[in-house]
Amino acid sequence: MKKRVDVAALALPLVGVGLVLLLWTILSQTVAPDLPSPWRTWSESKGYVLRPFFKDGEMNQGIGRFALLSLVRVAKGFALAVLVGTPLGFVLGLSKPFHRAFDPMIQILRPISPLAWLPLGLIIFQRSEPAALFTIALCAMWPTVINTAVGVRSIHQDYLNVGRVLRLSRSKMLRKIIIPAALPYMFTGFRLSLGIAWLVIVASEMLTGAPGVGGFLWQEYNSLVYSHILLSIITIGLIGFALDRLMGMAERRFQTA
Amino acid sequence: MALLTLRNVSKSYDTPRGRHRVLHGLDLDVAEGEFVSIVGYSGSGKTTLVSLIAGLITPDAGDIRLAGERVDGPGPDRGIVFQNYSLLAWMTVFENVFLAVDAVSPQRSAAQKRARTEQLIRMVNLSAAAHKRPGELSGGMRQRVAVARGLAMDPKLLLLDEPFSALDALTRATLQAELARIWMSERKTVVMITNDVEEAILLADRIYPLTAGPDATLGPGICVDIPHPRSSRGLNLHPGYRQVRHALVDFLVSQRAASSAYCAAVSA
Repeated sequence: MKKRVDVAALALPLVGVGLVLLLWTILSQTVAPDLPSPWRTWSESKGYVLRPFFKDGEMNQGIGRFALLSLVRVAKGFALAVLVGTPLGFVLGLSKPFHRAFDPMIQILRPISPLAWLPLGLIIFQRSEPAALFTIALCAMWPTVINTAVGVRSIHQDYLNVGRVLRLSRSKMLRKIIIPAALPYMFTGFRLSLGIAWLVIVASEMLTGAPGVGGFLWQEYNSLVYSHILLSIITIGLIGFALDRLMGMAERRFQTA
Repeated sequence: MALLTLRNVSKSYDTPRGRHRVLHGLDLDVAEGEFVSIVGYSGSGKTTLVSLIAGLITPDAGDIRLAGERVDGPGPDRGIVFQNYSLLAWMTVFENVFLAVDAVSPQRSAAQKRARTEQLIRMVNLSAAAHKRPGELSGGMRQRVAVARGLAMDPKLLLLDEPFSALDALTRATLQAELARIWMSERKTVVMITNDVEEAILLADRIYPLTAGPDATLGPGICVDIPHPRSSRGLNLHPGYRQVRHALVDFLVSQRAASSAYCAAVSA
């Protein structure tokens, strides 16, 4: 009985992948003749996949190397988002006046697309790399800010009363009670932020032409090598999935805390 | 002079449906070393009263003094065992108790604080679970941690807010006996809020009924003249038990005093 369930758990996702490949093949043979078939995509991309870390030039590197460049960029932007977003979330959660003053502003900034921020970043920083980081951080920050604030605000009054009865100092109150109590919420925020940071990477690399998965995608579109676009898309999806799983594991680890 | 005095204490809350007057004109004296219990219906303002004494909320009118000093905020001199225990879920039993020991005795060395923490955990019979988190403990064990933490503050006054209400009957009986034992050895001044008349008679020297709110206030104090240690089985046989019980229940039901059964308020 158990065995059958395991087989189904393994086989069904493969069935899903198979059906999508089939649909892709049909599309490429019928309505979209410019779309390379799965097989053509593989045969034209395998050089990038089988030698993932080769480098022939700035914009001609293995897909692993491109992915690494993108990951480093995302890590920097994400770190910036967390470094700015977490304290901001704490202040928003702890201070009502601050919340009243800045919450509307945040709600307005939050839905702005990375495509809108990037030109602004280029104007401010004059260089593409800091502009890309600026865009990633600015777009990815909000879930961290909002979840941290919600986490701090929803700390049970009883926990705070324990701290008050013990007359804990402000720093001890923060370290022993407020941060641990808000941590599960914060991790949910970090996870969502990382997801957005990875989402934004493509847009920012496309517009800045920086080497990375997104930059590669845009360059290959301009060079009419459509199979490499698909390779990039699949790579972005797989890495995004892996990142989310990793953050999910971290999140669960702190859930019990 | 009484250790804790409440004079003419009133407290109201603003609600969407207008002002809710919870407590009104409440007086209370608790002598040093005394175990006082306050019995009342749910919703009659018992937790409000505990919060006022603890200093977590401030009265609208009246005066609360501990050892002559006006209460104007929470502090470890009034150790409190919260109704839902409020153990910090991310800390072990040891860390929860240590936090309180550490907070009240900054002058002690780390080793002394650890020893004191271990001693308290031993006192509530939890040494084996010292490194577990509250989530891994049963309700009774959590309650013991809360008591250990309350005692860790080395308070002048220990406040117990319906300490056993969340426990099953068997566990409750065990823990009531343990609390009685700890009280006998530590001789802390205790104010315990409860909705259980038997529990109050089992543990307290003096019992005050809290009238049903709004505008709840304390009825006349009733002395429990049964020598410690008491056992819940022996209690039923004691002549004083039925008397106290009837007086309390009568008051709570009718809120009228049958004066013969009450003793004078402590004035010493």
